[in-house]
Amino acid sequence: MEFFQNIDWMLVLRCFIVGGFICVIGQILIDKTKLTPAKILVVFVTTGVILGGLGLYKYLIDFAGSGATVPLTGFGANLAKGAIEEVQKSGLLGAFVGGVKSASGGIAAAIFFGYIASLIAKPKIKKQ
Amino acid sequence: MKPIETKQEYSDYVDKKSPDSPILKNCFNAFWVGGLICTIGQLILEFCKYKGFDSQASSTIVSITLIGISAFLTSLNIFNKIGKFAGAGSLVPITGFANSIVSPAIEYKSEGYVMGVGGKMFTVAGPVLVFGISASVIVGIIASFII
Repeated sequence: MEFFQNIDWMLVLRCFIVGGFICVIGQILIDKTKLTPAKILVVFVTTGVILGGLGLYKYLIDFAGSGATVPLTGFGANLAKGAIEEVQKSGLLGAFVGGVKSASGGIAAAIFFGYIASLIAKPKIKKQ
Repeated sequence: MKPIETKQEYSDYVDKKSPDSPILKNCFNAFWVGGLICTIGQLILEFCKYKGFDSQASSTIVSITLIGISAFLTSLNIFNKIGKFAGAGSLVPITGFANSIVSPAIEYKSEGYVMGVGGKMFTVAGPVLVFGISASVIVGIIASFII
């Protein structure tokens, strides 16, 4: 298979380690603080926006690929990157347009699949 | 039992009563499940690039695919089991964001499609979008001064 020969397996390994490590940070926040999952996600996305805005997150993406982009920090960094790029193109307007534009695929997919799932799936009865 | 009066006392009380979570085991599970989800993302990314998509399009496809898988597993009630096992390992990746939208959408179906599904969908994702998007607008405004 030509496809598998072209894969940089060292990058895949770095992706696994960095992605896993970001999740461990989340796990420590769950176990050691009283933050709810919602707050942890907010912390991660905001951290991602800040790191992306400072231009630091792209080094992690270069190093670890999806290990940096798949965690929610990557979603935040993507928002920041979109905003900055759009500002470079169209000025202040870009600050409002760029972020959501670059994350639009993920947001729309989550909403659409969520709606479809609610049509198909039956709510489970909670056993508590 | 004497009544609990201060926040600190309550916090101590909760700490005493709640079981010690085995943090090392939790972290280990979070690590390999989180890492695995990212690795699946990376393989999809490589495949998209191999098929000739540019890197922005490829990473969007990765997000959409992982969100789709997560939505599918959530509707089969499998994702919640993974979540119980992996903790942050499935919460922190984009799959957790998708799960946080899909799960209440299914759960609140009985309250109707507009206010139940449409409204409750964003109980967790709403804050994420509010803070993420607001922060990105601030970053953009700052950038417009610098550039």
